[in-house]
Amino acid sequence: MARFEIRVEITHLPGIADPQGATIERALPALGYDNVTEVHMGKAIRLVVEAADADAARAEVLEMCDRLLANPVIEAYEVTVSALDGTSA
Amino acid sequence: MSVTVGVVQFPGTNCELDVQRAVRNLGGDAELLWHADTTVHGVDAVVVPGGFAHGDYLRTGAIARFSPVMDAVAAFAATGGPVVGICNGFQVLTEAGLLPGALQKNAGLKFLCTTAQLRVETADSALTNACRVGDELAIPINHFEGNYVCDPAGLERLRADDRVVVRYVDNPNGSLDDIAGICNEARNVVGLMPHPERASDPMLGSDDGAVLLRSLLSAAAAGTPRQLVG
Repeated sequence: MARFEIRVEITHLPGIADPQGATIERALPALGYDNVTEVHMGKAIRLVVEAADADAARAEVLEMCDRLLANPVIEAYEVTVSALDGTSA
Repeated sequence: MSVTVGVVQFPGTNCELDVQRAVRNLGGDAELLWHADTTVHGVDAVVVPGGFAHGDYLRTGAIARFSPVMDAVAAFAATGGPVVGICNGFQVLTEAGLLPGALQKNAGLKFLCTTAQLRVETADSALTNACRVGDELAIPINHFEGNYVCDPAGLERLRADDRVVVRYVDNPNGSLDDIAGICNEARNVVGLMPHPERASDPMLGSDDGAVLLRSLLSAAAAGTPRQLVG
């Protein structure tokens, strides 16, 4: 077994309103940043998983995303796996 | 014969006593169901009340759906038992898959604490069987995540099956198709953002919610033989 650091990035599905992103986008020009568009606000979750290999770790985290970490009705997610303890991912 | 409503209490729920009192004022009995219970203790109806179940951590209702009592609530609903989710309870029922769609943050990013005018869209549900279609009810809302959303096919199904139970007359939160509450296919599970229990006595400023709770008591009474069979 090896340890893997997982980052899960959760974003709104296309077409789902993102009022927080929209508010940030409206706020930035007030600071002089007039060149910003397409601001989206999501969530990031970091976890460490013990698994046989990187594929197994990813598969397990994808399942966690579907069952708890994200709501597939309104959210999309991306999972990034990197090896800890010198294990190769 | 008096019916008993089970009112689910998660850590962070804060409307359970209001619901209990409102039900009792209307002639029913109500008992609290602790979230770690694995049974609904033979009640005739279940209310998942408002609040911030499990702190609303991760997403509203996301953790609550894994509380042991929710398996019992799902089993109760599957036998036709009336289940109503109010506000946070509606969010819990969508996360649990007992109702379709999801509740996202209000358009305008404002927490809303006001009285909303609702229109009853169907009298064929566990929460509206004592209403007439077109009735308008003044019922308080109190939420940040009440903006109902589902995919276009899901909305089409809700509309085709007459499963939008109540709509906002003047949409306060950006909710899709002005939806304030919906029901499942069997029409025994209903979720809505407004709080009928907070409008159940003239002393509270409105008793427009009483007809909804009376509908629930009536659905609960009608369900009693089902339990004898089951």
